[in-house]
Amino acid sequence: MGAAKIELLEVRKTYGGHVALGGVTLSIAAGTFVALVGASGSGKTTLLKAINGLAVLDAGQVRIDGEDAAGVAPHILRRRIGYVFQEVGLFPHLTVAENIAITPKLLGWDPARIAARVDALLDLIALPREVAGRAPAALSGGQRQRVGVARALAAEPAVMLMDEPFGALDPITRDALGTDVRALHERLGLTTVMVTHDMAEAVLLADRILVIDDGVILADGPPQILAASADPKVRALMDAPRRQAVRLAERLGLGA
Amino acid sequence: MSPAIAAAWALLPDYLGWHVLLSASALVLGVAISLPLAVAASRSPRLRWPVLAFAGLIQTIPSLALLALFYPLLLGLSALVKSLSGHGFSALGFLPSLLALTLYSMLPMLRTATAGILGVDPAVREAADGVGMTPAQRLFQVELPLAMPVIMAGVRTAAVWTIGAATLSTPVGQTSLGNYIFAGLQTENWVSVLFGCAASAVLALVVDQLLGLVESGFSRRDGRLIWGGAAALVVACVVAVIPVVHVDAKASYVVGAKNFSEQYILAELMADRLERTGAKVSRKEDLGSAVAYRALAAGELDVYVDYSGTLWANVLNRQDNPGRAAVLAGLTTELKRRDGVIVLGSLGFENAYAFAMRTDRAQALGVTSLADLARAAPSLTLGSDLEFLSRPEWKAVDTAYGFHFKAQRSFQPTFMYRALSGGEADVISAFSSDGRIAADHLTVLTDPKGALPPYDAVILISPRRAGDRRLIAALRPLVGAVDVAAMRSANYSVDRDQDKLTPAEAARALEKALR
Repeated sequence: MGAAKIELLEVRKTYGGHVALGGVTLSIAAGTFVALVGASGSGKTTLLKAINGLAVLDAGQVRIDGEDAAGVAPHILRRRIGYVFQEVGLFPHLTVAENIAITPKLLGWDPARIAARVDALLDLIALPREVAGRAPAALSGGQRQRVGVARALAAEPAVMLMDEPFGALDPITRDALGTDVRALHERLGLTTVMVTHDMAEAVLLADRILVIDDGVILADGPPQILAASADPKVRALMDAPRRQAVRLAERLGLGA
Repeated sequence: MSPAIAAAWALLPDYLGWHVLLSASALVLGVAISLPLAVAASRSPRLRWPVLAFAGLIQTIPSLALLALFYPLLLGLSALVKSLSGHGFSALGFLPSLLALTLYSMLPMLRTATAGILGVDPAVREAADGVGMTPAQRLFQVELPLAMPVIMAGVRTAAVWTIGAATLSTPVGQTSLGNYIFAGLQTENWVSVLFGCAASAVLALVVDQLLGLVESGFSRRDGRLIWGGAAALVVACVVAVIPVVHVDAKASYVVGAKNFSEQYILAELMADRLERTGAKVSRKEDLGSAVAYRALAAGELDVYVDYSGTLWANVLNRQDNPGRAAVLAGLTTELKRRDGVIVLGSLGFENAYAFAMRTDRAQALGVTSLADLARAAPSLTLGSDLEFLSRPEWKAVDTAYGFHFKAQRSFQPTFMYRALSGGEADVISAFSSDGRIAADHLTVLTDPKGALPPYDAVILISPRRAGDRRLIAALRPLVGAVDVAAMRSANYSVDRDQDKLTPAEAARALEKALR
């Protein structure tokens, strides 16, 4: 393991006339936790998919630790990069253990190593080992997304991409899982890029926030710097969690 | 067990074996073609429409017509292959049936397999890419396993269709459970028809249930169900097919028959004689008129009985009528010269097309000849067999007398006589050796202009058996030995409603009545 640096150079992507990415240049230092925020259709998911080749670029270059991603077969690249989907996308015909084991199996790990890895990951994501033999359908939404995270981490990637991973979860599960993911990021020394539409989540979890608007980076920086931004769009975004916090405090009688 | 059921039961191993072999081969071939095609169609929308439209188009062709179309197609192909490589292949029987049924089985499988693969959750498909699967790994590890229950439902539908449609391969010379149905229809042996239907239905049900086991195995992800169902299917197929493989290995002579009682009886008569020489004989029955001759010329049949007028008009395309002896002599030299087919000789009776009316009706109208009939025709309905109105004999007689019937209707020969006695037809194109002419006291109209050619029943031998002394020695005593009265009574013993004989029994009785 060990974190990896991610670089994007003039990356462009168009879907049938709609510009999803309009020449994005970006460098993410190894070990950073980055949140991509912005309105729906702003291009944040496309930016995420550009990194592991799920979106094929029209122009530009992606480099992982200095290596051109285009020089690697897409399936080889993706086996090195963990990916957590909003819809989870667990394979319904496989057990929890088989789902977690999928990428190590594709990489040809020996069965004993895979079994040990599955056990270790179940511990890591705080799921009891007896769920290993169950079908994904038998799990709760939060448990399923934990398995999704475990599957993404199974082959010991240096980079973790997450596309609104907690979007469909209830607030308590969401908060717990967010905290756990941030802890895993620290513990495993990952470079993490997470798409979210929840500003509070971005502020709480990320080292660096990228505001994407219409396929370009509108603002880029740590939460506290962005909070001071003069751009009205950025301010509107950053003020949302602050206003929420104030209103919450007032309603709950915790006001200063 | 009644004798009729016992007789049908005795034929079951052979009929069922062929039916299973044919249906299973068609289904396996159908799956082998449909699955890759469905995968391609699910990948490419541009391919999807033409593939599904083509399969749908095939389905709109009546299955019997599809089977019939493959015969001339393969005959041409066989001739082409023979001219290129020196070896032809059989255009009759198994091959056309297999190809037609394979095509027929494809639509349900293509539709369900395409829908099944397209129905896989896009999130799951993207996850497969996301975890690092190649497109092939995604197909075999994710898409196909998830689509399998739906695909199996299509295979079940295809299996039931194929087993039902396989009964229609009998007329192109492939033995199947359809032999019960076609032969039973001709000889009014309803026990045989029902037996064939029941056997085919039971087979379809059993196969459907076993495939259902495999299907539920896939949807419950239970390997024991999948393998158990598949193993039961394979074992059942092998057990059913064993008698066929066994019998086929020993068959040496192939005796053909067209699709009516007289033909079945004469085929049995010849087969009995050949078997008495110690030879093994297999029968190909219920062949269409033109199919039988071409099959003989191609060496797929060794011997069958045809009629001089039919050969004269349909094979040699002659419209004249130089007289009975001249036609026979002309055929003997022409068929030998053209196709190498041997005319062994006439059996001694004619089975001519003969216009027949109920005697009371003929007397009331004052009709005794075809000339009289032409006069009365505008108020009469003509009943014919299925092929007469498209045959040159009808054109010849129509040209000679100028008929204008009120209506013309076609029937299976059996139902043609029923239609005459029931009044649905006033005059029918009967057969002069038919026992029902005497039994129903019908009046046969004379042909003063000699427009209908003679129809001597002749034994034809295939080119490859031209020098076969055993065959010729066994069959030559039949030449000139069957008079029309004996043939009529043999035919009637099979066609009548009471105390029916099977064609084999009638053949044994006829053997005793030979001149």
